[in-house]
Amino acid sequence: MINQIIDWLTDPAHWSGTEGIVHRLVQHLEYSAISLVIAALIALPLGMYIGHTGKGTFLIAGIANSFRALPSLGLLTLIVLVMSGSLPFSIAYLLPTVIVLVLLAIPPILTNTYAGIQNVDAEARDAAYGMGMTGGQVLTQVETPCALPLIISGIRSAALQIIATATVAAYVSLGGLGRFVIDGLAQQDFPQMAAGAVLVAVLALLVDLVLIAVQRFVVSRGLTGRYARTTASSDVIEAESVNTLSTAR
Amino acid sequence: MIVSAISVRLKHMIRFDGVSKQYPDGTKAVDELTLEAPTGQITVLVGPSGCGKTTSLRMINRMIEPTGGRILIDDRDTASMNAAELRRGIGYVIQHAGLFPHRTILDNVTTVPKLLGWDKKQARDRARELLDRVGLSSELVDRYPGQLSGGQQQRVGVARALAADPPVMLMDEPFSAVDPIVRHQLQDEFLRLQDELGKTIVFVTHDIDEAIKLGDQVAVLRVGGHLAQLAAPADLLARPVDDFVADFVGRDRGYRALGFARSGEIPVHAEETVRLGSEVSVDGGSADRWVLAVDSDGRPAGWVDRASSDDTGPAEGSRLHRGGTTAKQDGTLREALDAALSSPSSRGVIVDADGRLLGTVTAQEVLDLIEARRSDARSGAGAGSGTG
Ligand SMILES: Nc1ncnc2c1ncn2[C@@H]1O[C@H](COP(=O)(O)OP(=O)(O)OP(=O)(O)O)[C@@H](O)[C@H]1O
Ligand SMILES: [Mg+2]
Repeated sequence: MINQIIDWLTDPAHWSGTEGIVHRLVQHLEYSAISLVIAALIALPLGMYIGHTGKGTFLIAGIANSFRALPSLGLLTLIVLVMSGSLPFSIAYLLPTVIVLVLLAIPPILTNTYAGIQNVDAEARDAAYGMGMTGGQVLTQVETPCALPLIISGIRSAALQIIATATVAAYVSLGGLGRFVIDGLAQQDFPQMAAGAVLVAVLALLVDLVLIAVQRFVVSRGLTGRYARTTASSDVIEAESVNTLSTAR
Repeated sequence: MIVSAISVRLKHMIRFDGVSKQYPDGTKAVDELTLEAPTGQITVLVGPSGCGKTTSLRMINRMIEPTGGRILIDDRDTASMNAAELRRGIGYVIQHAGLFPHRTILDNVTTVPKLLGWDKKQARDRARELLDRVGLSSELVDRYPGQLSGGQQQRVGVARALAADPPVMLMDEPFSAVDPIVRHQLQDEFLRLQDELGKTIVFVTHDIDEAIKLGDQVAVLRVGGHLAQLAAPADLLARPVDDFVADFVGRDRGYRALGFARSGEIPVHAEETVRLGSEVSVDGGSADRWVLAVDSDGRPAGWVDRASSDDTGPAEGSRLHRGGTTAKQDGTLREALDAALSSPSSRGVIVDADGRLLGTVTAQEVLDLIEARRSDARSGAGAGSGTG
C-alpha cells in the first residue's frame, strides 16, 4: 500500500500540468498565504493594542473560544451558499475559503500576541516609561520585540491550521492539494487520496521549518537564551525540527 | 564627558510643595509633603515599608501624578511639562534594574540618548565610557542582561540612567536586590561616582544604614507619607526628634555616630615591624609576642605571633594573622576603634592615604579622644567633632 502511494507520487505524469502536483501545491500555498496575511493584519494590531492598553480583554477570550468552535466545512458551505448568487464564480468560491481560513487563524495569533505583550517583564516596561518613552515607543521598542517568541509561535500554529484546513477549498470546486483527496475519494483512488494527505503534511512541515528559521532570525538572542554566536547552534535547530516532526504526528 | 548646557546654567533643585497622593482606593500614600532636595546633593528618603517612599519618588518624574500640591524642579512646576520629555531629562534607576532583556548591555545604555536623537556613534562611545566608569569590564558590553549577575545588572541600570547626563537622578532601592558584600561595593562606587558627577539625587531605601552612609541629608518618613525628620545623617543619629525616629534609626546609633567623627589628630605609637618574608626573631626581649609584618612599600600585611610553637618560619603565608582591620589617619573614629578592637595585638593599625603604616593606637586611646571631645563639646562653644 505504501508502495502504491510512492508509485503515485513518483509518477512524473502526476507532477506536471494544471492538474499536477506542482500546480496544486502553488494553489494551496496561495490560499494559505493570502489567508495568513489577512489574519495577521487583523490579529497582530488588535492583539498589540489590547495587550498594550489592557482595553477590550473580553474580546480575547470571546473571539478565541467562539472562533475555535466553528466547524470549518459547515461554515464554508454556508458562506458559499450565501455568496454564490451575488458574486462572479471565481470570487464566490475563493472568498468563502479565505474567510474560513482567516477566521481559523485569527485566534492563535490574537491570543499569543496579546499574551506576549501582557507578559513582558513589568520592570522593563516601567523602566521604559521611566526613561521617557511614549506609549507607542514602549510598544514598538520594548513590548513587541519581547513578545516576539510568543507572537511567532502563534503565527506558526495559525499557519499549520490554515495549511491543513485549506484542503476544504476542494469541496467548493477550488484547486489546492485538497483536490487529490476529494477526487481520490470520489474515484475510489486510494493512493491518490493518501498521496494528497501526505503532500499536505509535508507542506505544513516545510512551512513550519521556514517559520522556525524566521523566528531564529528575528527574535533577540537575549530572549531565547541562545547566547553563543558559534558552535552548538546547529545542534539546537536539529533538535527543534525533530520536535516539530514528532508533535505534528 | 558631555556636560549639557542646561546643567551648567540651572540649579536642579527639587522642591516638594505640600504634595499629597491619594490612590483611587482611598489609600493616602503621601500627605502634604514639603521637602527640598538641594542641587548636587544626595537626599535619601527612608522609612518603613509602605510609608510612601516610592510614591514620593515617582511623583517627581510623574510616573505617578500627585493629587495635591506641586513639585518644582528649578522652580518649574513639573505638572506643566510634557511627561515623556521631563523623564528623558531625569535619570531613573529601579530596584531590579529593569533592563531590556532583548537588547545588549550597550544598547540598553544608549536608550535615552537614542530617544533624544543623538548620533549613533556618539551614543555608543558615551555608553562605553559610562559602563567603564561604573566598573563593568568591556567584554560584557555585547552581552545580554540575562548573562549578567544581579550586581552587574544593577551597574548597567545606573549607567543607563546616567547616559544622557541628566542633572537629576532618581533611585529606588537600587542596591537592595544584591548580597551585602556587593551592596557595599556598589555603594562605595556610587559615592565615588557622585563625587565626580555632582548630580542632584533622590535616593529611596528602607535601610537606615544605607541612608546614613549615602545621604547628604536624610528624610525619615512615617507611614501615611508624613515627614518625621529631615536632617544630615550625623544629626539624625545624634538628635532624633521623636520616639519613632529614634526607634527607626536603631539601637547602636551612639557607636554608628562615630562613623561621622573624623579621627583627625589621633596620636599613634611607633610599631616594631618585620619585613614580609623575612625571618621572625623569636627573642622579642621585653616586647610583645605580636609583631607586624609590612611589605616592601611599608604597607601592613598582617600580624605574626612569634610565641607560636606550631607555626615557625618566615613572616608570610599562613603565619600572617589577617584578622585586624586598618584605619586611615584621615578616617573616622569608628574605623580607628574598630582597628584596635579587631587587632590580635590589641593595637589598631593606622595607615596613611596610600595605605602605608603610620603606627598603632589602642582602644583606650581612641575612647580617651572621644571622651575628651565630648567634654569639650559640653563645656565649650562649638568645638565639635567635625561632622562630615
Ligand atoms: N497603585 C496603588 N493603589 C493603591 N494603593 C497603593 C498603590 N501603590 C501604593 N499604594 C499604597 O500606598 C502606600 C505607599 O506605597 P509606596 O509604594 O510608596 O511605599 P514604599 O514606602 O515605597 O514601601 P516599600 O518600602 O515597601 O517599597 C502603601 O500603603 C501602598 O499600599
Ligand atoms: Mg518602594
